[in-house]
Amino acid sequence: MVLSKTASESDVSVHSTFASRYVRTSLPRFRMPENSIPKEAAYQIINDELMLDGNPRLNLASFVTTWMEPECDKLMMASINKNYVDMDEYPVTTELQNRCVNMIAHLFNAPLEESEPAVGVGTVGSSEAIMLAGLAFKRKWQNKRKAEGKPHDKPNIVTGANVQVCWEKFARYFEVELKEVKLREDYFVMDPEKAVEMVDENTICVAAILGSTLNGEFEDVKLLNDLLAEKNSKTGWDTPIHVDAASGGFIAPFLYPELEWDFRLKLVKSINVSGHKYGLVYAGIGWVIWRSKEDLPEELIFHINYLGADQPTFTLNFSKGSSQVIAQYYQLIRLGFEGYRNIMENCRENMQVLKEGLENTGRFNIVSKDNGVPLVAFSLKDSRRHDEFEVSDYLRRFGWIVPAYTMPPDAQHVTVLRVVIREDFSRTLAERLVVDIRKVLHELDGLPAKITPKTAVDGGEAGKSVTVVSKKSDIETQREITTVWRKFVLERKKMNGVC
Amino acid sequence: MALPKPASESDLSVLSTSASRYVRDSLPRYKMPDNSIPKEAAYQIIHDELLLDFKPKLNLASFVTTLMEPESDKLIMESINKNYVDMDEYPVTTELHNRCVNMIAHLFNAPLGDSEDAIGVGTVGSSEAIMLAGLAFKRKWQNKRKAQGKPYANPNIVTGANVQVCWEKFARYFEVELKEVKVREGYYVMDPAKAVEMVDENTICVAAILGSTYNGEFEDVKLLNDLLLEKNNQTGWDTPIHVDAASGGFIAPFIYPELEWDFRLPLVRSINVSGHKYGLVYAGIGWIIWRTKQDLPEELIFRIKYLGAEQSTFTLNFSKGSSQIIAQYYNLIRLGQEGYRNIMENCHENAMVLKEGLERTGRFNIVSKDHGVPVVAFSLKKKNGGHDEFEVSEMLRRFGWIVPAYPMPADAEHITVLRVVIRAEFSRTLAERLVQDITNVLHDLDKLPPKLIVGEEEKQENGGGALVKRKSDLETQRDITTYWKNYVVAQKAIKRQKVAAS
Repeated sequence: MVLSKTASESDVSVHSTFASRYVRTSLPRFRMPENSIPKEAAYQIINDELMLDGNPRLNLASFVTTWMEPECDKLMMASINKNYVDMDEYPVTTELQNRCVNMIAHLFNAPLEESEPAVGVGTVGSSEAIMLAGLAFKRKWQNKRKAEGKPHDKPNIVTGANVQVCWEKFARYFEVELKEVKLREDYFVMDPEKAVEMVDENTICVAAILGSTLNGEFEDVKLLNDLLAEKNSKTGWDTPIHVDAASGGFIAPFLYPELEWDFRLKLVKSINVSGHKYGLVYAGIGWVIWRSKEDLPEELIFHINYLGADQPTFTLNFSKGSSQVIAQYYQLIRLGFEGYRNIMENCRENMQVLKEGLENTGRFNIVSKDNGVPLVAFSLKDSRRHDEFEVSDYLRRFGWIVPAYTMPPDAQHVTVLRVVIREDFSRTLAERLVVDIRKVLHELDGLPAKITPKTAVDGGEAGKSVTVVSKKSDIETQREITTVWRKFVLERKKMNGVC
Repeated sequence: MALPKPASESDLSVLSTSASRYVRDSLPRYKMPDNSIPKEAAYQIIHDELLLDFKPKLNLASFVTTLMEPESDKLIMESINKNYVDMDEYPVTTELHNRCVNMIAHLFNAPLGDSEDAIGVGTVGSSEAIMLAGLAFKRKWQNKRKAQGKPYANPNIVTGANVQVCWEKFARYFEVELKEVKVREGYYVMDPAKAVEMVDENTICVAAILGSTYNGEFEDVKLLNDLLLEKNNQTGWDTPIHVDAASGGFIAPFIYPELEWDFRLPLVRSINVSGHKYGLVYAGIGWIIWRTKQDLPEELIFRIKYLGAEQSTFTLNFSKGSSQIIAQYYNLIRLGQEGYRNIMENCHENAMVLKEGLERTGRFNIVSKDHGVPVVAFSLKKKNGGHDEFEVSEMLRRFGWIVPAYPMPADAEHITVLRVVIRAEFSRTLAERLVQDITNVLHDLDKLPPKLIVGEEEKQENGGGALVKRKSDLETQRDITTYWKNYVVAQKAIKRQKVAAS
């Protein structure tokens, strides 16, 4: 006689995940749970919570690649369990990294012979790349000063105020002073003349950005090079240049090949580029290339006995995945020069579509240039009633993530919205975005003005722009809100006919 | 009338990859190719070349995880296009990161209230974690010295000579002097008494290792703590301890819970652990936990407006993948404490099986301890027959195993060891097979004449202190020729024996 067990006493493995008790318990937040749970339950619960993350492809804030071909996904998954640093065990993977370094060095016109290997390394991103480049400059400068018998305890670096935060990190962590060239309202990148003025004997290098984060503009590296060469011949300081080409490094060679910004300029000693931006690889890969061996002091390179083989290493990170390196090589050979050029041209085309769509609304000023990284930075012509931050918030309801932010000093009164055009942002999406922005503007027009006094960000020196907005009392605000809602409901009722 | 086109004129997309011209072209090495190629061809060509990498699972050299459950792989693939640093866009991923930090902090007995958030961060590996910890110590020490009006230009750090290279990197890149306690034959980790002796007013911290890379041994952090406390009382320097628990951090809490090595000891101010070692996640994740807010100087933390949102950041890397963080959380909740404990006990068990198998051959000294990271480090008893551990390592490769051989750190460089790391995916079957193959290798080696050791050896010391011996090219070439000649002769002999026996 078989008595059937009641469901709750069945073997736990029989239960579907949503029938089990695992979906009734709160997920642990502070302490590791005592017991194990079935893998299907673990997967489902985490997967479900992650559904509340933003959709990477609609994240128009980021330059970082969010789509790759399925073949590449396959290669990445197959190599996810290879620790890149085990060079002796994974010689082919190491070789692929070296080939990438060579290809990117040639792309930047490094002065190399036919089969001469380039000097460079793959990193986890441009942050690590920049720290390595900065370290090399700092050490070279210190050695030079020691040889001259001069003090070497106050190195500094000259950049624009528009630099990405990793330069500030480098400066603070490695004890180098950061001398920033301030921006101004119509000029949102580093002014080469002002930069060269700021150079002194303690300057380890001048850092120029190819593709400013804020508005995608390319800085004029050639002008900087010429002015700095002049100053160097007068002072004898031999100050070099580093180009932070995190975004622009995979754009300029394809769209603007005559633009001289790379090793064609004599003073450029190192360049970094993010493989995970327009290198078209998922997050986690950057590259730094040095002009020649002399630009990378030997004492920074470690030769270690790692797991039984001699290995030179100059990176901050040690163990890391191999997937992104292999993916970068895949992209370089799969796309080739023509493939990258086609993609960048498409990006530029779609950028124009978006830009024109926004201009046609008549409500925006376009702050970004046509030449540069394909992005559109725009601000409201009239932001007295509603500002860019509100537009950004409202766009989220449609699923779009479009960030709004204020420019750095001395242009803090300018706020922009920025849309980055990545490879996977098609024209269809561009047109849809314009439609949704129009909807948002329409909605905002129907709402009362936002009630916040505007003050300058990070107070400090130049002009605090304060817009005075009369503060309404609570009861007045409440009345306004009620009015709006009443109107809204009445409108809707009119539309709900019976068919 | 339809004339069939010759194959080479068919539409390229029809051709199978192996029929296409792509497999006839040499893959570019120096310059980007001008043209695109089909994605199938790109995949196939790269995939095929990668077949010549060794198999990750048979890589017994590494502590880093090489196998995860398919559910975890699915989660990893789904989040591979999420840039972790976009915290505003991916709030759940950020939340999972914070939960991991809390869980690991509690695992290390950080003095926290019930719902108090721990101070810590996920990194790309223990290298970054150690650099952040070192930076925090350096800055704290500098601030203290400035407040006291004393010179602060010569910070140093005290560790054992058995430290992993990232400590040497930290020292060199961040301009801190590295004071190493030398090891000795029979005692391959940092001696706490000697370490405390070396501490001076410029010492920013003493770094102890829980799970030495060389032989898996746990250093005696408790003794170090007690001795250092005494010295601090006398000197008033307040020198803290950092524990590099890269390997041991996910082992000790589960199989040696009474061992006091973590925040239970008052001088321990920060601990790092590799999520990608016994945290059982693929390469690319580490964790650093500080005891309290006071141990992480505020000026090192950046509060930035990134992509329109406020966030704070104290890492060296910025953009990076989210996959490993999610995978770490998966492991923590899927396995729980009992799961991790079971796995570590299995590893320990399998390490014993391997150790006993090696002891039974009668040819090896076991250099690793039973207590510690499940690693078996062993060296040849007698070097007569002139064969050394490097040859054993080379010959094991033919069977597919990667077992590295390397000299111990200063001052025990004359000892060479072979080291097998027992990871979670190294089953007993594999352990027994390895013993079998090692026995075969010894058998083969016995038949070969001794390796030629050249009289004059150059010892070259590099900045990191690792010694590398160099032979001249010609001598090396002669060695190689002789070796191959002997090998072939020996093989023929073995074949003849086998034929005769069958």
